[in-house]
Amino acid sequence: MARTNPSRTLKAAMTNTEVSTFTDQTRHKLGETVFFNLTRAASLLTLLLLLAIIISLIHGSWPAIQKFGFGFLLSGDWNPPLDTFGALIPIYGTLVTSLIALLIAVPISFGIALFLTELSPPWLRTPLGTAIELLAAIPSIVYGMWGLLYYAPLFAQYVQPTLNATFGNLPLIGALFTGPMMGIGILSASIILAIMIIPFIASIMRDVFAVTPPMLKESAYGVGCTTWEVVWYVVLPHTKVGVIGGIMLGLGRALGETMAVTFLIGNMNTFNGFSLFLPGNSIASALANEFAEAESVLYTSALLELGLILFAITFIVLALSKLLLLRLSRQAAIKL
Amino acid sequence: MMSTKKWLSLSWIAVTTLCWVPVSTSATEVTGAGASFPAPLYAKWADAYQKETGHKINYQSIGSGGGIKQITAKTVDFGASDMPLKPEELQKQGLTQFPAVIGGEVLVINLEGIKPGELRLTPMVLADIYLGKITKWNDKAITELNPKLKIPDVAIAVVRRSDGSGTTFIFTNYLSKVSPEWKQKVGEGSAVQWPVGLGGKGNEGVSAFVQRLPGAIGYVEYAYALQNKMSYALLQNADGDYPMPNDESFKAAASHADWSKSAFYEILTNEPGKDSWPITGATFILMQKAQEKPEQGAATLAFFNWCLNKGAKMAQELNYVPLPGSLITLIQTSWGEIKDGAGKPVFSAGK
Repeated sequence: MARTNPSRTLKAAMTNTEVSTFTDQTRHKLGETVFFNLTRAASLLTLLLLLAIIISLIHGSWPAIQKFGFGFLLSGDWNPPLDTFGALIPIYGTLVTSLIALLIAVPISFGIALFLTELSPPWLRTPLGTAIELLAAIPSIVYGMWGLLYYAPLFAQYVQPTLNATFGNLPLIGALFTGPMMGIGILSASIILAIMIIPFIASIMRDVFAVTPPMLKESAYGVGCTTWEVVWYVVLPHTKVGVIGGIMLGLGRALGETMAVTFLIGNMNTFNGFSLFLPGNSIASALANEFAEAESVLYTSALLELGLILFAITFIVLALSKLLLLRLSRQAAIKL
Repeated sequence: MMSTKKWLSLSWIAVTTLCWVPVSTSATEVTGAGASFPAPLYAKWADAYQKETGHKINYQSIGSGGGIKQITAKTVDFGASDMPLKPEELQKQGLTQFPAVIGGEVLVINLEGIKPGELRLTPMVLADIYLGKITKWNDKAITELNPKLKIPDVAIAVVRRSDGSGTTFIFTNYLSKVSPEWKQKVGEGSAVQWPVGLGGKGNEGVSAFVQRLPGAIGYVEYAYALQNKMSYALLQNADGDYPMPNDESFKAAASHADWSKSAFYEILTNEPGKDSWPITGATFILMQKAQEKPEQGAATLAFFNWCLNKGAKMAQELNYVPLPGSLITLIQTSWGEIKDGAGKPVFSAGK
């Protein structure tokens, strides 16, 4: 139907009188202008909204910025009764949990994508792929509740003692795996985060792996490459832009994840050591926990400044990934 | 085909636009916002009140801090807070406050071989546990208090609220009253800088942590301890006795409080009396003294008058403790402060 439409209007325009052609054209033009302006307004509105959010965040956090200045980023002292606030512990928790989540999620997602595109029998691909995408549809509060009620006790009973026995005595890393084994803390929150971002990274990796031109792959297989060699030397270089995009999407989600982290990180605003078994806090989790009951102006504005910092961190991550992608495409251009 | 689709989408737009048109509200609809601890009770009261009188009460459980902000900004008819505002703060904002219902906090524990109500703790020991100074259950300070119990050699997992809450305010207020060190190092508030411990979100979060962590201790509202059938510890009160945490001991604490002090600024922690449970607290209603819409103020007070007179049984069903009769009279007298533009009280509690 839609395809025949343009030719029909053309025919109509040719057979009709001059006047009606004119009105037809003006109507066409009017429609185009309206449509152009509508779409432009929609995109400008988004930009405006972004600006408005940044401005209101800065405005809201101004009392805290004035009071604590740059020291807000470096102080680990979060003491609501005394009205002194520092963001170091939530910032540390946010970055560390996201980093560990990526360290776990990226190799696993790579494996999933590799299996689904290269190794899996065809009848298994669709159900398995859908199942992994479904993981992304589970609300984060459900991950949080499941994590707290079922995963944390198992983690405390089996995983933490094993980690402690394996790595606990090593120099440097050993300190990361000592401490109280309660199943709640930075490491358990990171693992839940990893589970949550795997479907995002895996499905993007699968999609970009799947669009690698078959000719490239077949040629590589033709000269006797193994599956691994094909993936490592042909598929991955061909798709690295998409792969990095997928990883960044996962990282973005990990940085801002709130409910699941809140349930598992232990929400501790005091720094007691570098061990990953210890409870910590993340920016999003601190906001979710404390915003409703924050009374003093300074408390609220310190929380808003935390939000501003999270915004900045996400922005920096996005900017860095864009830079990386630009560099990669430039390199590719030089090679060609 | 196309025209049907167009028509459908047009009508869809029309329907969605119509939904945006605000529904006109009746004049006597009262709105309130604030504390989450009494929210189930306010909802039940509102429901029963509407069935009896036809007047609608909307209550939004957004947290005490939010409740204070909303009533200060006059966007609601009443605010609700688990912590009373100081008299000078009330004066500054032109507000008045009165208690609505009483609740208690229970120390829940997870210790193998210890039955509910067997373990005894003193205020100092409790403070030292939450300060991180006592870290083992078989610490001398605890075993000396419980010579008959076989307390296992387990590390203490301290659990507390991660979200800002009135429950935490009452708990830290208690610790500040009984331990100078706590007062100096940590202080009181709806959120504090905890020296040790895991933060669980909400009463349910704390209950979940305590139930799943061997050696855990936490504080939750009485109703949560009951519903989850959790084991609890006894706590020595100001008179040196160890009452059971229940309606009776909460009521005893409320009756020993001196409510005639200005503006009901009374936190029921560490009250004297042999039967008083030491961590008890009231939850409060906040209202503007000068009512811009007197009929709204009158409708709000009529609702709370009904609650105080007829709501006691409903409160008990939900494990809250109703206010003692003498206190109700004091509250009704205090309503004389809530006036309209002409300086006339908007409501008088007849019966």
